[in-house]
Amino acid sequence: MAELLSVRGLRVDFATDRGPAQVLDGINLDIAPGEVVGLVGESGCGKTTLARAILGILPQGAARLRGGEVRFRGTDLLTQDPAVVNEQVRGRAITFIPQDPFTSFSPLFPIGAQIMDLMKWKSPRARGQARPAALFGRYPRARRRADREAVLEILRAVQIPEPARALRRLPHEFSGGQRQRLMIAMALLPEPDLVIADEPTTALDVTIQAQILRLLRELVKARGVSVLFTTHDLGTAHELCDRIVVMYAGQEMEAAPTDAFFGRPAHPYTRRLLDSVPGPDGLIRDIPGEVPSLVAPPPGCRFHPRCDHATAECRVERPAPRALTDGHEVRCHHPVDSPAGGSG
Amino acid sequence: MSTVWFVLTRLARDRSALIGLALIALLVLAAVAAPLLATHPDDVFELHPSERLRAPSSTHWLGTDRMGSDVYSRLLFGARITILIGLIAVGASLIIGVPIGLVAGYYHGWVSDALMRVSDIFLAVPQVVLAIAIAQTLGPSLPNVILALSVTYWPWFARVVYAETRAVQKEAFIESTAALGASPWRLTVLHVLPNIASPIIVRSSIGMGFTILTAAALGFLGLGPPPPTPEWGRTIAESREFLPDAWWYAAAPGLAIFLTVMGFNLLGDGLRDVLDPRLRRSPARDG
Repeated sequence: MAELLSVRGLRVDFATDRGPAQVLDGINLDIAPGEVVGLVGESGCGKTTLARAILGILPQGAARLRGGEVRFRGTDLLTQDPAVVNEQVRGRAITFIPQDPFTSFSPLFPIGAQIMDLMKWKSPRARGQARPAALFGRYPRARRRADREAVLEILRAVQIPEPARALRRLPHEFSGGQRQRLMIAMALLPEPDLVIADEPTTALDVTIQAQILRLLRELVKARGVSVLFTTHDLGTAHELCDRIVVMYAGQEMEAAPTDAFFGRPAHPYTRRLLDSVPGPDGLIRDIPGEVPSLVAPPPGCRFHPRCDHATAECRVERPAPRALTDGHEVRCHHPVDSPAGGSG
Repeated sequence: MSTVWFVLTRLARDRSALIGLALIALLVLAAVAAPLLATHPDDVFELHPSERLRAPSSTHWLGTDRMGSDVYSRLLFGARITILIGLIAVGASLIIGVPIGLVAGYYHGWVSDALMRVSDIFLAVPQVVLAIAIAQTLGPSLPNVILALSVTYWPWFARVVYAETRAVQKEAFIESTAALGASPWRLTVLHVLPNIASPIIVRSSIGMGFTILTAAALGFLGLGPPPPTPEWGRTIAESREFLPDAWWYAAAPGLAIFLTVMGFNLLGDGLRDVLDPRLRRSPARDG
């Protein structure tokens, strides 16, 4: 299958007082057209950095790209002219749902002004038109009317009451859940191929979370949009995603279709992660040890200091990703309980 | 329009801001209508040696000065100079300081460091001292005073804008907008600038008072516009040798400077409270 997005060996360092921290350490990630991929991992494993690196909005000054490529429909976004990426990819082919809906709208302008400003430049109906070079370009009236209809329609789809009036309201007049639904609406309006949702529900309470996730899944499936969904919540990932990628210390550890991921996890880290979800018995089995330092990461396999199955090989040599059956990939010398695996 | 109206109605509820606004309105009225309000409009340039140093009376409301000119009339025309200096100096500082602050705040790296170190050098020397040095070098005249004040006041704007830009840049909506493909230009001009408008406006108001005070100090030291310009600082300097007998001669321009500076400072503080966007209602409900 032709991949929509293909991240290969991406490396990003962050400058710290103790030296460069390898936040992304040769990570690989594939997303097929129409696929919802969950990127799961503990806090600080590099999920958000990966999302930002794909969008090309790593924090200036602190972050440094060290290598790898981000291929979107075949072209490497990292080496392409930033102005072209800004115009054709960001906000158009790839859109973004931010983590925190409370601060993701500018507090000064009504919602409608902010949405229409996006549509002025990134509306699907603007495609192929000559782009005005000026900062304050003209907005053709006919397209404006059509865009406004599309906006009202999607606001109804994300269940914003009284859409026409809502457009005149300021961001602080909406609840957190409403603001996140507005963000989802904004991310879908340019009719993108890929939506990157960076923990879109962590700032919301549990009941609203479920409601928004269901809405998001319905909307993207109906439109055939791919989604990269980052979360630290396995339950959420199970509900929403077609395929799940587990990240640990800046590398992908395991990638598998959702059923295989929960049914036959092959990486010891994945197993520990699944075990650490509190079960009906109420016991929480945490993973012994600590998340490794990214400034001086352990040699060999990043997970070996916390792994029961670690051998001498794991301490020295970094495992390469290896394919198991049915699109199941694992980065481990001794994948657990699998036909292609070693002794364990 | 509704925003301007909203700010004004809120200001009207803040007593000290209202006093500030009234004082500034009075100053503007004095400056604009000086020829109509003055009892002796020709006294700006005319001398009446026989009438010198008269105490306040019904003909000379604030007495006369050492040349026999009407203090009240000269005070009104002095307001024009004061406003002119304040507006042009603050305007020029805005034009220089705001773009420098935005660029330094938005970009990280040597450009930003270089710009901020240059403004730090200006801030390291007290503004009055630097302005005196510049005005002295260029020679006493009105344009030179304005130039000296502009050159020394812009770093305050650069500093404020730099700090606010850095703070706003960390906001999620800037990141979201960048993720939607907005160019750096768009981000700074359309998203950062409006969000830091309040501190800039507040700084401008306080800067007006500050600049007018410094201009008066330059005038007092003889570095302002030459006589017979009715500049307030110069008038106070002239009056010194006639104190304490001709008290009105120094008191009138002194009080005028005091009230003007206080007016701008009170308005600045009031604006700071009013311009908080969280207090705003949406235009939809304004009726």
